[in-house]
Amino acid sequence: MDLILEGLVKAFQLLASLDPEVLGIAMLSLKVSGLATLFSLVFGIGFGTLIALTRFPGKKILVSLVNTGMGLPPVVVGLFVSILLWRNGPLGFMELLYTPSAIIIAQSVIATPIVMGITIAAMQQLPANLRLQILALGATRTQLVWMLIKEARLPLMAGVMAGFGGVISEVGASIMVGGNVKGYTRVLTTATVMETGRGNFDVAIALSLILLLFCFLINYVLTYIQQRERPR
Amino acid sequence: MNQPANVLDLKDLKVSRGGVRILEIPSFSLRENEFVSLIGPNGAGKSTLLLAIMGLIQSESGSVRHRGQEILSDASRLAFRRKIAMVLQEPLLFDSTVYENVASGLKIRGVGRAETHDRVQNYLERFKLSDLARRSARKLSGGEARRVSLARAFAVEPEIIFFDEPFANLDAPTRQSLTEDMDRIIRDQGIAAILVTHDQSEALRLSSRVVVLNCGRVVQDGSPAAVMNAPVNEFVANFVGMETILEGVVLSNLEQQMAVRVGEHEIDAIGSPLQGEAVYCCIRPENVTVSVIDPAHTTSARNVFPARIVEISSLGPFLKLRLDCGFPLTSFVTRESFATLGLSQGGRVYASFKATSVHPISKRGRVG
Repeated sequence: MDLILEGLVKAFQLLASLDPEVLGIAMLSLKVSGLATLFSLVFGIGFGTLIALTRFPGKKILVSLVNTGMGLPPVVVGLFVSILLWRNGPLGFMELLYTPSAIIIAQSVIATPIVMGITIAAMQQLPANLRLQILALGATRTQLVWMLIKEARLPLMAGVMAGFGGVISEVGASIMVGGNVKGYTRVLTTATVMETGRGNFDVAIALSLILLLFCFLINYVLTYIQQRERPR
Repeated sequence: MNQPANVLDLKDLKVSRGGVRILEIPSFSLRENEFVSLIGPNGAGKSTLLLAIMGLIQSESGSVRHRGQEILSDASRLAFRRKIAMVLQEPLLFDSTVYENVASGLKIRGVGRAETHDRVQNYLERFKLSDLARRSARKLSGGEARRVSLARAFAVEPEIIFFDEPFANLDAPTRQSLTEDMDRIIRDQGIAAILVTHDQSEALRLSSRVVVLNCGRVVQDGSPAAVMNAPVNEFVANFVGMETILEGVVLSNLEQQMAVRVGEHEIDAIGSPLQGEAVYCCIRPENVTVSVIDPAHTTSARNVFPARIVEISSLGPFLKLRLDCGFPLTSFVTRESFATLGLSQGGRVYASFKATSVHPISKRGRVG
């Protein structure tokens, strides 16, 4: 019991004193996962919309694959991204392994199917005749896609939350492709794993609290937008 | 008088889906100011025809001309589509305010802010939506949502407007008031219109021409009275119902008690059309009684006419009689009374029906 209490007290001290190391780890986490979510939005919403709006043979299989990808184990992604970026690997010449960029790549791979799957579902949930109605209003193809995305914005927002939530809390891929290098690729989750292993529960708790706070803040903001968006 | 120009001409339009021909229209035209009702059973190709005209579904072959100009390139197709508005059965409003919805067609066309504002205000007012402008389109009643979808369509000030059963599933008073608003604007602005409907009286009241589709083909194309009274085949006859529809002019109307001149005859009816108005008188066959002796003194029916039986056809337990009283009239009789009365083709009878059995519909001065 004392262990937890002591840990909590020290954690708050660390946070209150704005410990530069803890702060640096938090900012890197935010930057890496934020960028990864952004990339996944571009690919996920882009291809998700394309898949949802077109008809082609094998569409069902592709959608099933995307849906499977929504639960992609981060360690598996970590493994494959590691192989790709390995010194002798196909992308080894880029020398990205154990850099923040490697984590961004791996996290993008994790988040993209999540965003894509939710985008496909959101688009398919729109009334079937809405596309006809928009085209009948005189829209061009581009205007059509834009208007459909706007119509599906609320479920898409859920996709953003799910994508960000998935990558900021992921540890397997970050540790494998980032290597948890102090001051360089150490993020909240990898640091928590390490500090817990060392028995530094106070630091681990402080890091976990920041992680939870991020998750809460991001979701709060998005939920707020989602609720406000509905005009009365 | 000059013949109005055609706004739309179709030639050899063919649409197939999954190897099955679902639409085949050798030729079809729509004139300026014309209001055409498109009727036919589900799956007859009514909606397909509208979508094919707009280029929203792939047609196998055929040409679409707008004011004589063939639509060939993608650019001209888009420009053509922007001259048409379409109102579908569901209102399909966007998840934003009523104002934004009505403005959407104008935004798509890149109309400037000030002009958009003026036009949206105008159409909100015309469709009695001004008070709802800031309301979310998701929080409207069924009738309000239809109003918004109509306002959105008219706000782009189209040359042609398509309605695909826009008033289905609405209660009668809402339907009535919406139809009136729509009709007024269409006539004010001289828009050519095609209405897909299942409602015969709607078709009669609004349109100058009725086109019957079945299995993707035009079965009959003519004035409402011609289609309803002289169906070209059994399919059309069964589809349009077997009501008698007579064209007439109101001679007098005293507190709803109307006298209507139909050809050389005068029919008593109950209704609100005023003296001098052109009307359709609809009479259901089950309300027409046939007798062999003059029932003038034994019936309370105000309309009694000597008639000749032109045709007898079987309809399950009933027989359908086509009568000629100087105007056409249809009556149902049971097989039993047919035998008792000793009726036969060419036989002379008396046809009678009450003034309340005549359903008058104003023609609203539409000239086709």
